[in-house]
Amino acid sequence: MEVDPKKCVACANCVPVCPMGAIFIDPAINRATVNLDECVECFTCHRGMSKEHMNPTLVRAVRRVAKLFRFRFEPEPDVCPTDALTPQELAWPRVVRRAFSDPLVPHESTGIHGRGTEEVKTNDVTDRVKEGEAGFTIEFGRPGVGVRFRDVQKMTTALVSLPVEFEDKNPVSSLITDRATGALRADVLDEKVMSAILELKTRLEHVPAVLERVEAVAQGLRTIVSIGVSTRCDAAGDDRLAPVLAREGYVFFRGKTNLGLGRRPTPASA
Amino acid sequence: MTNTLHRFGAPETQRDDYIVFAMASKGINDVGSAEKLRSFLALAVTHGPVNVGHALKGGMYRPSENLTPLAHWSRPADGDPEAVVRSIEEPSTVAAVFDDVAKVEALLRDLKAADLGISVNIASLAAEANACCKRAGLTRHSIEYSLGFHGDLNQLPDRHVLELSTMCGHGMVSHNFARKMIDLVRENRRTPQQAAATMARFCTCGIFNLTRAIRVLEQARKGE
Repeated sequence: MEVDPKKCVACANCVPVCPMGAIFIDPAINRATVNLDECVECFTCHRGMSKEHMNPTLVRAVRRVAKLFRFRFEPEPDVCPTDALTPQELAWPRVVRRAFSDPLVPHESTGIHGRGTEEVKTNDVTDRVKEGEAGFTIEFGRPGVGVRFRDVQKMTTALVSLPVEFEDKNPVSSLITDRATGALRADVLDEKVMSAILELKTRLEHVPAVLERVEAVAQGLRTIVSIGVSTRCDAAGDDRLAPVLAREGYVFFRGKTNLGLGRRPTPASA
Repeated sequence: MTNTLHRFGAPETQRDDYIVFAMASKGINDVGSAEKLRSFLALAVTHGPVNVGHALKGGMYRPSENLTPLAHWSRPADGDPEAVVRSIEEPSTVAAVFDDVAKVEALLRDLKAADLGISVNIASLAAEANACCKRAGLTRHSIEYSLGFHGDLNQLPDRHVLELSTMCGHGMVSHNFARKMIDLVRENRRTPQQAAATMARFCTCGIFNLTRAIRVLEQARKGE
């Protein structure tokens, strides 16, 4: 993403909008500028801000006069008065930033929007995580910090030695070049994204070991790691995962509950 | 997507925050699911959600491509849930956010009767969702627990900012923008309702809870 200096009037509305803090008013040119190394191509600025299409010369003149008299103009904070934010054509590997950061772009590996995973949201249809099993979502970069794939690789390489199964239909898994080592493709390691989710599955009895490893690796990463753990409930709707987590000392109260209303189409209705 | 799982805040701050969302499974039951997703959201709208959204088209509160300067005095205050329902043309995730568990329970009863055949989930306090299911005559199938944030926690902002910014699970409401909204409310330059609607426009999935945001802004205003 770039800012068109011919259009920008340096109102700074876009500065706090950027989730990565990558936009600033460059004093050398008095225009909003995007730090492209920190920009994750999430399109929050371009899509989220409403657009006026005012004449930049007129707006700059008005702002100069107002500044002389110390007038404080309070524009709507989510508006770019001159539609100055300008998307760029992205090539590999930079295009991977947008795939992982812009929720409206589908991941090529899964065809799913968002961060590209169904997890247990459709478990009533997919039966992906069964009773006695635990599914993990290990999310890097949220909230609002971002992550480079070099840090994600530290986790993938640390987890391969545990009895876990990486989810195939997952965008991070699609970047793993060697399932034996967990190494990601080298050309994306320095790319920064808003968030990346690693999905894997294991038996319930291995949950403590996986959590211990994830926590240990997370301590050394320059990002935030959000952990989600899931399981299939029994016929009464109870789960054997909660006691395991409680024994490990976790405090947990928020979750996603699958209501079991989904079903596979019958052959006649397919 | 996990965009609804990790909303920050103590349990008592989440008792007015329930996201009910539906989706089909790609390659299994997604063919022909657009109509079922429209039915889901149309049912949800009858129970008075505070926000609804379609993952590909946006929520009730949307940015505008063509504002005029006169908009400073005439921004629409309310969103249009029916517009979101009409916009559903292809399979994706659709969501409705409620601030009252009684409304959620009523919706679950309707969904059980409708038998749409698509997956429905509730992101909320887990115990509340489980109890609500039982009251509605449903048995939960699977559960995913949030174990919170780990790693370099020094990079996280203060709790009010986090409570607001994490209500967009894709990170479209930046910490700095949430902080700016708090400051505008504290300086009485915007009402909590205006600030909440402004943040909601950035959330493309429509899962930003305005009721909760207004409450957080009121607390932040007074320094609570």
